[in-house]
Amino acid sequence: MDAIIAGFKQAIVLLIHGDPQVIEITLLSLRVSVTAVLVSMLLGMPLGTVLALTRFPGRNLVISAVNAGMGVPPVVAGLAVFLVLARSGPLGDFQLIYTPAAMIVAQVVIATPIVAGLSMAAVQQLPPKLRLQTLGLGASRLQMVWRLLMEARLPLLAAIMAGFGGVISEIGAVLMVGGNILNQTRVLTTATVQMTRMGQLDMAIALSVILMALIFAVNLVLTWVQQRSGSQ
Amino acid sequence: MSDVVLKLVDAALEAGEAELFAVAKLEILRGEVLCIVGPNGAGKSSLLRVLGMLEPPTRGRLLLDGSEVSKGNLVKQRRRVATVFQEPLLYDTTVYENVAAGLKYRRVPRRDIPGRVETALDLLGVGHLAGQRARSLSGGEAQRVSVARALVLEPEVFLLDEPLGGLDPEAARKLLEDLRHLLHERKITTVFVSHDRSEALAIADRVAVMMSGKLVQLGPVQEVFARPVTPEAASFVGVETVLSGRVAASQGGSSVVEIDGVEVVASGKGEGDVFVCIRPEDVTLTRADEDIHSSARNTFKGTVESVVPLGPHYRVELDCGFPLVCFVTKQAVEELEIAPGSTVGAMFKATAVHLLPR
Repeated sequence: MDAIIAGFKQAIVLLIHGDPQVIEITLLSLRVSVTAVLVSMLLGMPLGTVLALTRFPGRNLVISAVNAGMGVPPVVAGLAVFLVLARSGPLGDFQLIYTPAAMIVAQVVIATPIVAGLSMAAVQQLPPKLRLQTLGLGASRLQMVWRLLMEARLPLLAAIMAGFGGVISEIGAVLMVGGNILNQTRVLTTATVQMTRMGQLDMAIALSVILMALIFAVNLVLTWVQQRSGSQ
Repeated sequence: MSDVVLKLVDAALEAGEAELFAVAKLEILRGEVLCIVGPNGAGKSSLLRVLGMLEPPTRGRLLLDGSEVSKGNLVKQRRRVATVFQEPLLYDTTVYENVAAGLKYRRVPRRDIPGRVETALDLLGVGHLAGQRARSLSGGEAQRVSVARALVLEPEVFLLDEPLGGLDPEAARKLLEDLRHLLHERKITTVFVSHDRSEALAIADRVAVMMSGKLVQLGPVQEVFARPVTPEAASFVGVETVLSGRVAASQGGSSVVEIDGVEVVASGKGEGDVFVCIRPEDVTLTRADEDIHSSARNTFKGTVESVVPLGPHYRVELDCGFPLVCFVTKQAVEELEIAPGSTVGAMFKATAVHLLPR
């Protein structure tokens, strides 16, 4: 018990003094996960919107794949990315394995189905005739899609939150493709495991507190945006 | 400039195996209010979606001012019309932004938007709501904003799909009254879809009756209501008595029709097997023993089968040797002591009898 209390005390000291290593790990975590979520939004939102608004042969298959993708264990996604990016893999020549770029790719693979699936649900929950009504007011196809996304903005923000929550707290994939290399690919989750194993509980606790605070802060901002646009 | 604004030729819309409608020709005339009426599932809304260029017909052509609507010019042509649905379908923003939406889609200069939005909202009597959230409006207010949102676009053809269907009776009555003034005063070419014939009577210049995906009759409103061309159309436009008969004699501009051994006189010539159509409001009831001299050529004695209150009037079903339905007031029911089993006199003019070939 004493060790835990001491750990918390030491964690507070580390946070207050702005330990350089802690700051570096935190910033890398943010950079990787925010980039991954942004890319996932670019891929997942259009995919979800297309799935919600169009009918084409094989649509159910794609939807099933997206839904299954939402439940894929991160280690499986990590393994898949590892096999593709590893030196001997098909994209090995790009030498991305054990770099933050590889971690971003792995997190995109995890977050995209989440963003796509929830975006599809968000657009599908709009009144079916809203699409026709918008076209009936003279919107082009692109204007119509933009309008529907605006109408679904609250659940779409929830989709982004879910995507971010899914990747920032993930460990298996980033460990496999990033390697947890100090000063290069060490992020909050992998560092927490490392520090715990090494018995540095104070550091582990400090990193966990930061991780929780980050998740809270990002969700606070998104919730504020969501609720503000909901009550405008 | 042609008098025909919108024209549909040899068009049909199919969904899988089912044909939603098939129309040989439909012309919307400049400045008219055309009401498409018919029961639910007749294909009216499908037809309106095609007229509004929201769905391409499976086959056939749609022409706006003589030029064919095609994939290449779809958005440009669609921006010349505007559609309003039964649900207001307002965007989750302010009333002002809702009404400005279509103008922004058309890239109308920003400086012109506030004035046009204000004028449109005032036309529908909802100018004071401009700053409110659309979601906070009542059903009647929301539908008025929805109409303003379409009218602000000054469409060449204004399409409404049962716009009063979701409103309470009072809100519907007021909006119908305002629409009637607005559309006729401004001569806005309008296609108004409704399953309620009273709306058509109130607002339409011409009426198209649609049944099972087909246009069965199209003409001036009075003509369609007085002279329906099929028994189904007759029933839909409010003719409650439709009987099978056979013309026994036809001379001097009138015909005698035999129905189950009873003779009915109809104005106009007929021959062979016919349907006999009589509107309930054209039948007058008297006491059974009353000897009234009138110009009505048809007088019968009948037994009252049923008396059903229908809002302002009563629907009385008689057995005169053939079934006959009429509408009477509450006062008449009391004065003539109309009750199931009682006997009354019934009369109607020969001109009230409309014959359809069978």
